[in-house]
Amino acid sequence: METQVRVEQQAVITEKIVNDFSITVATVNGSGSQTSNAAILRAIFKMGIPVSGKNIFPSNIQGLPTWYTIRVNKDGFVARKEEADILIAMNPATFSKDLASLKPGGAFFYADDIRLPIPRDDVVVYPMPVKQLIRQVEIPSYLRDYVANMVYVGVLAQMIGIELEKIRQALEFHFKGKAKPVEINFSVVSLAAEWARENLEKRDPYVLEPMKATEGLILTDGNTAAALGAIYGGVQFVSWYPITPATSLAENLQQYLPKLRKDPETGKNTFVVVQAEDESAAIGMAVGAGWGGLRAMSSTSGPGLSLMTEYLGLAYFAEVPVVVWDIQRVGPSTGLPTRTAQGDLTFVAFMGHGDTQNIILMPGSINECFEFAWKAFDLAEQFQTPVVVLSDLDFGMNQWMGKPFEYPDKPMNRGKVLWEEDLEKLDGKWARYLDVDGDGIPYRTVIGNRHPRAAYFTRGTGHDEYANYSEDPHHWHALLNRLKKKFETLKPFLPPPVVETMDGSRINLVAFGSTEPAIQEARALLRAQGIASDFTRIRSYPFTDQVSQICSGYDRNYVIELNRDGQLHQLLRMHFPELAPKLISYAYTDGLPLTAKQVYEFILSKEGG
Amino acid sequence: MSETTASTNVKVVVNAIGLTKADYRGNPSTLCQGCGHNSISSQIIAACYELNLYPEEIVKFSGIGCSSKSPFYFLSRSFGFNGLHGRMPSLATGALFADHTLRGIGVSGDGDTASIGMGQFKHLLRRNMRLVYIVENNGVYGLTKGQFSATADRGLELKSHGINPYMPIDIAWEALVGHATFVARSFAGDPKQVKELIKAALNHNGVAVLDIISPCVTFNNVDHSTHSYAWGKDHETALHELSYVPKAEEILLEYDEGETREVQLHDGSVIILKKLGRDYDPTNREAAIKVLEEANSCQCLITGLIYIDPDQPSMLDIYQLTETPLNRLREDQLRPPKETLESLNRMFQA
Repeated sequence: METQVRVEQQAVITEKIVNDFSITVATVNGSGSQTSNAAILRAIFKMGIPVSGKNIFPSNIQGLPTWYTIRVNKDGFVARKEEADILIAMNPATFSKDLASLKPGGAFFYADDIRLPIPRDDVVVYPMPVKQLIRQVEIPSYLRDYVANMVYVGVLAQMIGIELEKIRQALEFHFKGKAKPVEINFSVVSLAAEWARENLEKRDPYVLEPMKATEGLILTDGNTAAALGAIYGGVQFVSWYPITPATSLAENLQQYLPKLRKDPETGKNTFVVVQAEDESAAIGMAVGAGWGGLRAMSSTSGPGLSLMTEYLGLAYFAEVPVVVWDIQRVGPSTGLPTRTAQGDLTFVAFMGHGDTQNIILMPGSINECFEFAWKAFDLAEQFQTPVVVLSDLDFGMNQWMGKPFEYPDKPMNRGKVLWEEDLEKLDGKWARYLDVDGDGIPYRTVIGNRHPRAAYFTRGTGHDEYANYSEDPHHWHALLNRLKKKFETLKPFLPPPVVETMDGSRINLVAFGSTEPAIQEARALLRAQGIASDFTRIRSYPFTDQVSQICSGYDRNYVIELNRDGQLHQLLRMHFPELAPKLISYAYTDGLPLTAKQVYEFILSKEGG
Repeated sequence: MSETTASTNVKVVVNAIGLTKADYRGNPSTLCQGCGHNSISSQIIAACYELNLYPEEIVKFSGIGCSSKSPFYFLSRSFGFNGLHGRMPSLATGALFADHTLRGIGVSGDGDTASIGMGQFKHLLRRNMRLVYIVENNGVYGLTKGQFSATADRGLELKSHGINPYMPIDIAWEALVGHATFVARSFAGDPKQVKELIKAALNHNGVAVLDIISPCVTFNNVDHSTHSYAWGKDHETALHELSYVPKAEEILLEYDEGETREVQLHDGSVIILKKLGRDYDPTNREAAIKVLEEANSCQCLITGLIYIDPDQPSMLDIYQLTETPLNRLREDQLRPPKETLESLNRMFQA
């Protein structure tokens, strides 16, 4: 046993550091720390200070270490930072390692029942009497463990200046206005803050000061945004199977659909949510519903998508609209189920045997999670094909700031569907797979259409324009080429890349998805070094010619992504071989969200003097 | 609607809704001559015709295999979807939510249901989705030329594949232990029973499993195979003589008192079971288990309605859907008003 020697406090405040630091909370999974962390995050957000929260958690229900990182940044850079300025140590198992990771000059808060050596004199140490304080709160003993983590909320609030009233509001949000839990938790927060005020002396430089930078903004996660977007897109059928990190998307649908989508007169449901027995069944149901004329979706992650591949291939070939959200986690195989990556891009692009193509949407903010959720239904129905929306764990499960969600600005596009009156006008003359309009998109009917000529037989086997079985080489050739034409038709309807330029820039940083905050911060850092850069965020696949036009304007396009093989880089080179010499890959995967430092150092190594 | 108004002198036979038998037919079958599946298709056609169902109000589903091709050979005026191997149950489940007024007929085979399809089959049962689920059971893979399926008899010897060393899966048993609310076994060589069972199944408010021994004349019709015509003809023991009587119809069949049992379905229609030898009560689960065990031990083909529970809610009932079919809801019924989003935004705001 090591002796429990506490090093005398040496560090003193040099200069205040205002609204620019990061906090890591080290706890044990399942200890109820999520509420505490969410309260800190939202309270800071409510103080008007830009902030983000990321949960670095284990694949475990209870007992393994988990870290929550909060980035506060007055300039709005809220990507993950490698190092913590403030560390709250609540987990004995990681205590020593956590302490060692803290930046010199950092603040170290710890539960004082953890009796381990603190062999650093370059950090400010604050012990917190968690157990003692909890004993003073009048609550049933079985609740004590759950609210113990509120102690660090109160102590931290006092020491860095989080307004207690904002914490109360954050708790009200978290508990959806339920008075009792708000009261219990807040009483612990107040008590701890009071204790800190009387017993701790501020010796670290980190402070919060209210700003107005988050006014009008919202704070939520990408899976909530996606679920709401789907609801405003008129989703009617959801079939899903639990898988981290996609589960909360379906659970949000289950939570919000009954509130938003009951028939106002009868109280009856206009939606269906089925938890299927596995992902094969989930996608089977969604394809059935999409075929039946419903706005149908599923949500999953890599392993589930592997199982869904066969039905999605059928949906592509039989031309059935369906939307699938892939909340990417780290693969291959089971991989790291609770960590983030962008590793499913090439898989989804070619998903399915034979010549298969898929529409991919790549949201880059919680606002785009919302927007693409409703747009995905329009695209799927307009083009009668599966749409996969590639989100990731970082979006799906972490808290992001965004603008308020915007109500859809377009009526729903239900595509070329013929009902009884349409067939009446056509005198019943129509063919399911006939390219009437020359755009590769045929007309369809859906079940329940009572016209005697409405029905057709849908199959995954070769078929002619009338949906009859056919092995005729001409039919097969024509069919696959019509499908190809359909994919040419749809390109202009996909979300175009977002481009941001900078004066004097000769290089382009190309990315997709959740990496934008880190890249934007890196661009600012690079600019300070005299390196200007433009930024292109790709938002859909198949790529339009716009993508190649943009990239051809630069000598060097740095393609930045969270996977090993540089999958976006691969696809860009494959589709635009002439661009290959101008495309440079930065691909990295370790399960964690990208940081500005990674991008900055890489670009600097290539571009710096 | 249909071309039944005869302008010629030829008398056209129509049913009560004015449709001819031809309105229920499908494309010509490409299965083998004498295949049990063709006989079942004919009985589906006959049942729907006699029940006066509009073909547009029926949706057909299937998986992969010979059996799964057959929906193309009946009810051309019905929509159909030939899905993935063993995964038709999920497809049908999703599709039937689009319009709750429709009736679903799923056609599967033993290769489709008893192997890759076992999981989806079982979950279809526990959800009690309103679907007639027919297993055209011949114990053999036809399209890939005669391999044993999971329902093949242990010890069965077939020409090119030797002796089957494994125990068979019993579809009716699986259905019963899986809490199916309608379980029947029949024989393609007994068309009358097949037809009446299909009629009853189409009016059952839940999943109706029909395990129909449907001989493969090409690969598994040897006399000693329990999936052959000869064996079925010699060993069939019907539990009862079964007739389905729709609600609106008067019961015209005349039976002596105590000669029949009646089971009332949720729509008020009745299944009349004329006793044959024994007084079998298909609403008794325990009796159903015993009769299936008896069929195993006596090596006979016991056919008929093995079990029914007509009063369970179907999956569709549980979801409390709007009366208007979901796929006919308008945009204003599907997209919540703008104010609701504004209030959500306020909740997430600083």
